[in-house]
Amino acid sequence: MSISSAVETLSKVVIRFAGDSGDGMQLTGTQFTATAASIGNDLATFPDYPAEIRAPAGTLPGVSGFQVNFSSEDIFTPGDAPDVLVAMNAAALKANLRDLRSGGILIVNTDAFKEIDLVKAGYAKNPLEDGSLAGYRLYQVEITRLTRAALKETGLPQRIQDRCKNFFALGMMYYLYHRPLEVSNRWIDQKFAKSPELAEANKLALKGGYAYCEAAEIFQVTYEVPPAHLPEGTYRNISGNQALALGFVAAAQKSGRPLFLGSYPITPASDILHELSQYKNFGIYTFQAEDEIAAIGAAIGAAFAGSIGLTTTSGPGMALKMEFIGLAIMVELPLVVVDIQRGGPSTGLPTKTEQADLLQALYGRPSEAPCIVLAARSASDCFAMAYEAVRLAIKHMTPVILLSDGYIANGAEPWRLPTVEDLAPIDVSFRTDKEGFLPYLRDKDTLARPWAIPGTPGLEHRIGGIEKADGTGNISYEPQNHENMVRLRAEKVARVAVDLPPAEAEGDDSGLLVLGWGSTYGAITGAVRRARAEGRRVAHLHLRHLNPMPMNLGDVLSRYERILIPEMNMGQLALLIRAKYLRDVVQLDKVQGQPFKEIEILTKIQELA
Amino acid sequence: MSTAITPLTKKDFATDQEVRWCPGCGDYAILAAVQSVFPDLGIPKENFVVVSGIGCAARFPYYMNTYGFHTVHGRAPAVATGIKVANPELSVWIATGDGDALSIGGNHIIHLMRRNVDVKVLLFNNRIYGLTKGQYSPTSELGKRTKSTPFGSVDRPFNPMSVAIGSGATFVARSVDVYAAHLKEVLHRAAIHKGTAFTEIFQNCNIFNDGAWEPYREKELRDDNLLHLRHGEPLIFGKNKDKGIKMKGAFEPEVVTLGNGTTEKDLVVHDEKAPAAYAFMLAQMEAPAFPVPVGVYRNVDASVFDAAMRAQVADVTAKKGPGDLAALLSGGETWKV
Repeated sequence: MSISSAVETLSKVVIRFAGDSGDGMQLTGTQFTATAASIGNDLATFPDYPAEIRAPAGTLPGVSGFQVNFSSEDIFTPGDAPDVLVAMNAAALKANLRDLRSGGILIVNTDAFKEIDLVKAGYAKNPLEDGSLAGYRLYQVEITRLTRAALKETGLPQRIQDRCKNFFALGMMYYLYHRPLEVSNRWIDQKFAKSPELAEANKLALKGGYAYCEAAEIFQVTYEVPPAHLPEGTYRNISGNQALALGFVAAAQKSGRPLFLGSYPITPASDILHELSQYKNFGIYTFQAEDEIAAIGAAIGAAFAGSIGLTTTSGPGMALKMEFIGLAIMVELPLVVVDIQRGGPSTGLPTKTEQADLLQALYGRPSEAPCIVLAARSASDCFAMAYEAVRLAIKHMTPVILLSDGYIANGAEPWRLPTVEDLAPIDVSFRTDKEGFLPYLRDKDTLARPWAIPGTPGLEHRIGGIEKADGTGNISYEPQNHENMVRLRAEKVARVAVDLPPAEAEGDDSGLLVLGWGSTYGAITGAVRRARAEGRRVAHLHLRHLNPMPMNLGDVLSRYERILIPEMNMGQLALLIRAKYLRDVVQLDKVQGQPFKEIEILTKIQELA
Repeated sequence: MSTAITPLTKKDFATDQEVRWCPGCGDYAILAAVQSVFPDLGIPKENFVVVSGIGCAARFPYYMNTYGFHTVHGRAPAVATGIKVANPELSVWIATGDGDALSIGGNHIIHLMRRNVDVKVLLFNNRIYGLTKGQYSPTSELGKRTKSTPFGSVDRPFNPMSVAIGSGATFVARSVDVYAAHLKEVLHRAAIHKGTAFTEIFQNCNIFNDGAWEPYREKELRDDNLLHLRHGEPLIFGKNKDKGIKMKGAFEPEVVTLGNGTTEKDLVVHDEKAPAAYAFMLAQMEAPAFPVPVGVYRNVDASVFDAAMRAQVADVTAKKGPGDLAALLSGGETWKV
């Protein structure tokens, strides 16, 4: 390929593809990401799509976006502000322009800026003509018309041709950033294996976009983003929900037990169900239940019978599962509950992110009902945390709640593949010995009770939600016994801390500590690095274990003069830290359904350190 | 797993726990019947699991010396489904009540039957909330005066048999707590059915709803008020076996007296395999116009959920081979650094 224009090398570019939800923007973004991954860029993505499946075409509620940050350096977030915005229609421009950095590249499909499109988008005047885009490098391209021209020979109906225009736009981006077409061509061939004419059309559109830029020389400068220097290994691009699914499959394989997932479809958790449903040959049983309650109930039943019980949901589903989580705590069975948090309360913002279920996970049940609570901090970390959740549930015979959120569930990043041999063993030992068996006989270190599964001769016993005497498990209403049992259940979970790695802050060991949990990891990491580069005394500590917390956390916190907690809620971790450690903290709360930008955290750090 | 070498007896299924139902409760009779049926099923004791929700009936597992799980109100079908899928060797039984199964757990019971999970459901129907001390239930008759309905209830009741048949249950039966011989026979048939076996048991709550089933429990009354269903036999009832059920119109039954030209040949012949509409007609036969049918209403074969689920896993595994974790992790596009 000959490229006549000047070539610049950049370390990092953020592109946002935006269009109507029927325009295939998620696909376009995913394809650009796959190609960036194949080149070896570090990357992070952020799909942002509406809750409506098909809002009226061309309107603001129907706008779907996909942001990808690709880089030759370490990156931690999908980027604060896009360097490039591809707007497939007027509504997409209107909804996204405010985020584009000033002087950024703006590519618009002029074919979707007709009078009617402008009205639907709520533009009084055509922004392409009124000078309002003067602060950007605007490229006006008749993407629809050019796609039709590229596909003229196919003889496909125009409606079908028009659906290929996202690949035309992708081809343009491939030209602008010196990307090969092979990865996408391969994907198209696979995807449309059964309709070769569609495969051909999409490939033609992709090639057409690329060739158009080449021939028309619309860009004076094109860019290269070299591969990143990631640690040695084999990588793949992975989203949080995919990583969770793989983590659970890995845990099932390493434990030698079948995995039973009970789930009810809910955004943004359904992909875990879809993913795990494919892996039946790994001994994965997936049960789409009649509701959220039945989903967890069946998982608990399977756990009683010796499977790894798993249920996956989001905030509203969590609320419905709480009574059953209480039962699992009472009967002390292993269970993993995944909550992919979204904006709430109630239906809230189904497709937008939030991390406001922390207190629900910790305290959202009747009475004293402690369980283990974990939180994944990035898409790839979801693998490790899924694995960890199963390990802890089985070892400690208790439910584990694993928190993720819409941001990392759908966002993707490169994941360095673990080797199967390096995964920690997960030992499952069912009780079989009749001698001295009692259903609530406890391991002296962990206080876990034996896992004695139906079908084992001589160990017939009854469990249930009524308070029971320790040891025998017989029903007991004795006042002192209840207090003993409440304390025992609390102690059992508290002792999990012995099993956890100590908290370690990264950066300075005094000054300002930025404390986070969950998906804020990327934005905090980026912000803290930039602050340290500015010479500020600041460190970052990220919690993956929220209950119990690492044993040394109090000591670590006491070393810092100030503590800043950025959270996508109204200060839930801040409340816990104040309550548990009597330390005041500075809150940085954001509840817009959108993840933090690095700059938002950096600005706060600059204020404090 | 070993199978029992010495034959099991009723005693093997009794626990050391003190039974805490009210003296005179119909649950005692049901417990005795279940404990005497289990040993005869040829199933090792360790393979029985009794699951329950909440309510008086839900205490059942504590009194059965088997594996048992006393779960959450109305949700026993969900837990039982998980147990059965995880280990199809198990014989899984649910003990539930009219409130547990048909009110708070209504959604779960219908889906259990729709899926045809191989689980046996014993619905103890006493037409009252007992454990919460006497509120009306979804099977209480219209106008029922209780603590929560001092002026009479205004909601129409469920007929459990209609619910089961409407949900697509493949085995639907009805019996009476103190009618031991009949109950045992029905339970035995439920046990050997492949799929969900739903049995409604008229059960007397002598504290909050005493006498609700009197015409069907009292020896001198029941022959005139119960209609015994036997596959292939005409619908005959009455102390003197002189009354029967004849079809007046399409699914429109009427009670006739034998004699005067009416013979057994004119009567409906019970068919457990008949279309569901027939079983539904039986369910709709209510006192005082009709005798209440007891026995097996419906017994048909259909795909069994837990078996189908396991077969699918086996099938996919046979086609794709056992999962290779390393290959799975490195699936999709990968690159080396």
